[in-house]
Amino acid sequence: MIDRAQVLHVAKLARLALSDEEVERMSRELSAVLGHIEKISELDLEGVPPTSHVVDVTGALRADEPRPSLPRDVALAAAPEQLDDGFGVPSPGAA
Amino acid sequence: MSELIELTAAEAIERLRDGDASAAELFEAYRARALADELNAFTWVADGAPAHDGDTVPPAHAPLAGVPLAVKDLFCTEGVPSQSGSKILAGYRPPYTATAVERLTEAGAALLGKTNQDEFAMGSSNENSAFGPVRNPWDRERVPGGSSGGSAAAVAAGLAPWALGTDTGGSIRQPAALCGVVGLKPTYGAISRYGMIAFASSLDQAGPFTRDVTDAALLLRHMVGQDPCDSTSLAHPDEIALPQGVDLRGLKLGVPAELTGEGIESGVREAFTATLALAEQLGASVEPCSLPHAPHALSAYYLIAPAEASANLARFDGVRYGLRVDADDLLGMYTATRAAGFGAEVKRRIMLGTYALSSGYYDAYYGRAQQVRTKVAEDFRAAFERFDLLVTPTAPSVAFRLGEKVDDPLAMYLNDVCTVPMSLAGIPAISIPNGLSDGLPTGFQLCGPAFSENRLLNAAYVLEQAIGFDGSPARG
Repeated sequence: MIDRAQVLHVAKLARLALSDEEVERMSRELSAVLGHIEKISELDLEGVPPTSHVVDVTGALRADEPRPSLPRDVALAAAPEQLDDGFGVPSPGAA
Repeated sequence: MSELIELTAAEAIERLRDGDASAAELFEAYRARALADELNAFTWVADGAPAHDGDTVPPAHAPLAGVPLAVKDLFCTEGVPSQSGSKILAGYRPPYTATAVERLTEAGAALLGKTNQDEFAMGSSNENSAFGPVRNPWDRERVPGGSSGGSAAAVAAGLAPWALGTDTGGSIRQPAALCGVVGLKPTYGAISRYGMIAFASSLDQAGPFTRDVTDAALLLRHMVGQDPCDSTSLAHPDEIALPQGVDLRGLKLGVPAELTGEGIESGVREAFTATLALAEQLGASVEPCSLPHAPHALSAYYLIAPAEASANLARFDGVRYGLRVDADDLLGMYTATRAAGFGAEVKRRIMLGTYALSSGYYDAYYGRAQQVRTKVAEDFRAAFERFDLLVTPTAPSVAFRLGEKVDDPLAMYLNDVCTVPMSLAGIPAISIPNGLSDGLPTGFQLCGPAFSENRLLNAAYVLEQAIGFDGSPARG
């Protein structure tokens, strides 16, 4: 069961603002989904290695050759705010 | 209707090579249909065929000869809207093109349009798109499946000869099944993910939607390959061949009990069983087998995919592209932008994934899910020691009604029960049309070991000929 306080904590971690209605719904829906998912806690997985990736590729590095990157104006073109040849953002604030 | 529309892509290429039709004529025939789309399959349609060296005719030697291609919205296409079905990227035109699309255009494919999808590829019905749901051409009150619903519906309805989609847990195969077309999820790593707006990076894979198996092979052939821009991409050990064969003699097919029993609708199961009998008549041996951890695959998937998504979607923060909602400080801008830009399902998955990764829950959820993933992959490896391919229904039901499952996330997730295990194992799988149940398409899924695409395509081709599915009613 995911309660209201947990929903608000996770929403903060996820940088999501939720309305009161969303908090209530999220608590209900996540609890239902996690209730189903809990079934994997019944499995004996002692000593089983985790798989983060199915493909066995390690150290895939391309040749260290300089190549052109996106021009600055192109990289900035879709930004909501440009400031001094960079991305503009509001102040981080006092906190 | 132009009779060109009735040709498969491979047939159209023949026609163009013989000089019996022009690429411009073919493009215009499809463009007119895409513009008149009543299914909401497209989010953008090209003004005209792309120019090749100042000419709209592609080079004569180009293997795909200028045949138009529809591309799922989440592939970045330079200067063309690429929104991944999300309000947070509404109107976004990226400065570069995804490798998969680039390779196909270099081979002579012409970008016809971008197709609708569930937001960030999260969904099994295409009802999660910020640009409205797509309708199933077999019954417009029903969903096309998802997340690549626009691509599936466009190919089924003859609005495009073929299309690109992506599959994370079934997002190519399930809509292919529900729309009565062929959908292939290749081996993980076979196709570069560069320029695909990421959902779950260890699972996402591009693949073709086509009217038949031959077209799937043809499109796949020009997509595969290692890419310096995707360090998880690999060179395919085989050249993808056009499928051939007249029977299945000597082929050993396994039928996993866990994916063919409970939860599969009766009409879907009957069609599946009938095709198993057909496979035996064609010389294949068909025997039951077991994937003991498959029943847990869905749970593992719905932890791993949201966990990866929660990290991937952190980039949508109102800074570099897309929507921004102004606020007094930076954190307020982030949270307000994401609250306004993401839809309900995306928020749900971000929350689920963040929870699974959060301190105190990581080992119990994400860690265990990764261990289950190991067991699921081991089950497949063991099965492939006895069998050449495994077969299952693609989706547990035919297309459901719009709105039917939209308020029940768990019911929606269960649509992926037969497709998720292969995704976790990173192995290739194809869905082919397997006849109708109550007038709606069902799908037959075949999967094989990593990089067995040629074997998979040959078997699918032989079955396709024997099944003799007629997709023309959906093209109206």
